[in-house]
Amino acid sequence: MHAFLQYIQSYLDSDKTPGGAGNIFWATVYILLVFAGLSVAVIAMNWLERKILAHMQVRLGPMRVGPHGLLQPIADAIKLLLKEDIIPAEADAVVFWVAPFIVVLAAFTVFVVVPFGPTHAITDMNIGILFMLGVSSLSVLGIVTAGWASNSHYPLIGALRSSAQMVSYEVAMGLAVVSVILMTSLNEASTGTLSMIGIVQAQQAQGEWFIFKFFPLGLVGFFIFAIAMVAETNRAPFDLPEAESELTAGFHTEYSGFRWSLFFLAEYSAMIAVSSIAVTLWLGGWLRPFPNALTGPTWDLVFSLFPGITFLLLAVMCFYNTARMPKHPLFRVQTIGLAGFGVVLGLIGLILLIPAVRVRITDIFWFAAKVAAFMYLYIWYRGTFPRYRFDQLMKVGWKVLLPTGLVLLILTAIVGMRTELWAELQGAWRP
Amino acid sequence: MTDPNTLSPLDLETPDKTFLDANELVINMGPQHPATHGVLRVILRLDGEKVMGLECVIGYLHRGVEKIAENRTYTMFNPYVDRMDYVAAVSNGLGYCEAVEKLLNVEAPPRAQYIRVILTELNRMASHQLWLGTHALDIGAITPLFYTFRDREEILKIFEKYCGARLTTHAFRIGGLQYETYEGFEKDVKNFVSFVRPKIDEYEELLTTNRIWLERTKGVGTISGKDAIALGVTGPVLRASGVKWDLRKAQPYANYKNFDFDIPIGQNGDTYDRYIVRMAEFRQSLRIIEQAVENIPEGPIMAKVPKVMKPPVGEIYHSIEAPKGELGYFIVSDGSTQPYRIRVRPPSFVNLQALDVMCRGQLVADVIAVIGTLDIVLGEVDR
Repeated sequence: MHAFLQYIQSYLDSDKTPGGAGNIFWATVYILLVFAGLSVAVIAMNWLERKILAHMQVRLGPMRVGPHGLLQPIADAIKLLLKEDIIPAEADAVVFWVAPFIVVLAAFTVFVVVPFGPTHAITDMNIGILFMLGVSSLSVLGIVTAGWASNSHYPLIGALRSSAQMVSYEVAMGLAVVSVILMTSLNEASTGTLSMIGIVQAQQAQGEWFIFKFFPLGLVGFFIFAIAMVAETNRAPFDLPEAESELTAGFHTEYSGFRWSLFFLAEYSAMIAVSSIAVTLWLGGWLRPFPNALTGPTWDLVFSLFPGITFLLLAVMCFYNTARMPKHPLFRVQTIGLAGFGVVLGLIGLILLIPAVRVRITDIFWFAAKVAAFMYLYIWYRGTFPRYRFDQLMKVGWKVLLPTGLVLLILTAIVGMRTELWAELQGAWRP
Repeated sequence: MTDPNTLSPLDLETPDKTFLDANELVINMGPQHPATHGVLRVILRLDGEKVMGLECVIGYLHRGVEKIAENRTYTMFNPYVDRMDYVAAVSNGLGYCEAVEKLLNVEAPPRAQYIRVILTELNRMASHQLWLGTHALDIGAITPLFYTFRDREEILKIFEKYCGARLTTHAFRIGGLQYETYEGFEKDVKNFVSFVRPKIDEYEELLTTNRIWLERTKGVGTISGKDAIALGVTGPVLRASGVKWDLRKAQPYANYKNFDFDIPIGQNGDTYDRYIVRMAEFRQSLRIIEQAVENIPEGPIMAKVPKVMKPPVGEIYHSIEAPKGELGYFIVSDGSTQPYRIRVRPPSFVNLQALDVMCRGQLVADVIAVIGTLDIVLGEVDR
């Protein structure tokens, strides 16, 4: 027993990820935490998307289930779980059955290497970014099998569109990623890294996020990735595989109930996954704003108070809206519910202000905040843009993003080499 | 009019070869489909994503309106016409009432004429707003739908205040109007005009220069003026192809000749031009409404019409410019209280036959855009 406790405690003092430290117990805990966190994030995202989109479109969105529709995603989830699971008579049952699991597996597995902090990742692979790109593109397989196994025209066209789209945008995406990897090699030893944690540490060492590196090269790379990642996750304006007005529901037309919700889960966790890549590669991952410029214990304290204060603000918003609730007896339960929600948020905020928690949580907070900004972008796109046509989508991918990516890669290499040579001539290493 | 011999041949019978001799894919789109605007069924022959031909199957909403007319008196049939193009019910009523008035040889008094024009133009805007919202929705922009419906609501409120109904208004009677306008009608209309003008700019801001919107609509579903005339296409679809043909100017009915307005036309006859033409028509409708509401004369609202209508034996064809195109009524009277035969020339039905010409060689996604841009209402296609 004592040995076991020691085994558990020994990790807490190390500065490695559980996978890196070889600690199976903590790795399992982290896996469960990531899985639970991701599921909660998808549920929250579902509610937020409907709410934000509704407000963009001069309507209210869900308002009935719980205060301001807060329980709507849970009601939906229960509905989906209780629905009949239909497998069409003409479908290939086994493949039809397997397809959603492939998609979900691919979407969740990538989170093994996502660094929420210098030690907050399940493991740190030396090929982290390759692993992420590789595994996330496996979801194409699931989509193609789903479309084919349905044995129906609309899903088939949806699946074909989807595979073509995902494969072609991966090329541009890869080029943008390689340009970042070139940037990581700007150090004294001239060694780059593919590790997700290493990339963030390189940004810290070089003193700037890669989005600002070699201005405007970093920015261009970021934009290429930001466009490609929307196409990669089949979201508006590139949501052709599930273009409602054309293909009814694309590759998951024939799916219902739980299987359909798996596709839904996979889509949203894939969005979070690619956003995490973008945040890690260009926006400094877990780094707080100005980690090198605003240093010292005072600034550390100020920035570490952010998570707690954010939750406290959310709690204040809840209480404000509780006060604004109609005073009718029919709204009593909802008012109490909203107040209760505010209390929970406030308690979380207070817990996050405790010094011991504060220190451990601050990295995760900054990472999550940056990812949340991307999630908002996704919703904003959906509210703003019409949908591209298939040939135009391919044109954007192959004729615009790919050449831009190639030029970007070459330019990054040239500028990087110039910087290194200059540093050598100066005799001092100054990237 | 154009000499039929100079019309271009519409050789619809020559199918293209599929790429690599692959099998062509036949897809049944509709009657239950989110983007066919009701119960239109389109059978698509596809080569991958390319449309090689299509066929419309209609009749899912057939209610036999024309046959019903033969067993109703002229007055009793009046509410039925509202159910054809149910998003532009006022226009339907205007066409029918004017046709019967022509047959009876009576004319509605000037006050009734002005109010008719105001309501019809309001209805044209409501119809165009519904078109814009659903068309943009089909192309993937979900937000304009809510904006247009928000503003369309104001028009429907005016209708509701005027006659108690929002969609199937039955606003007009043969010989004039049944109801005098309510107190504050003119103020409501003026308020609406000043309310909606910036809103139209708002729709245009969302779409007109949107890069994706341009790519999705420019050069899509092109139809030349010649082909459009040959197929009998009318309304904004014809005008977008560069043919300046608007019945409000060409054969003035009601009292449109008293109003000053332009006919917007396009050049290329593609989906974008049709969009631009309809957006311009919004503004022209506003102009007409503004002029009409300033000058509503005092006076009676009903002409002297017999209680039991027995039009003289004869036939009449009267057509008006409905929001979707030429809406014609052909009425044969045998001198009794009931029409011997009524035939309606619905614009949606005639415009729909251009779908094949406009879609051939385009992609599946364009079929959706073209169905949206034709602005069909299945209630009117099937009657």
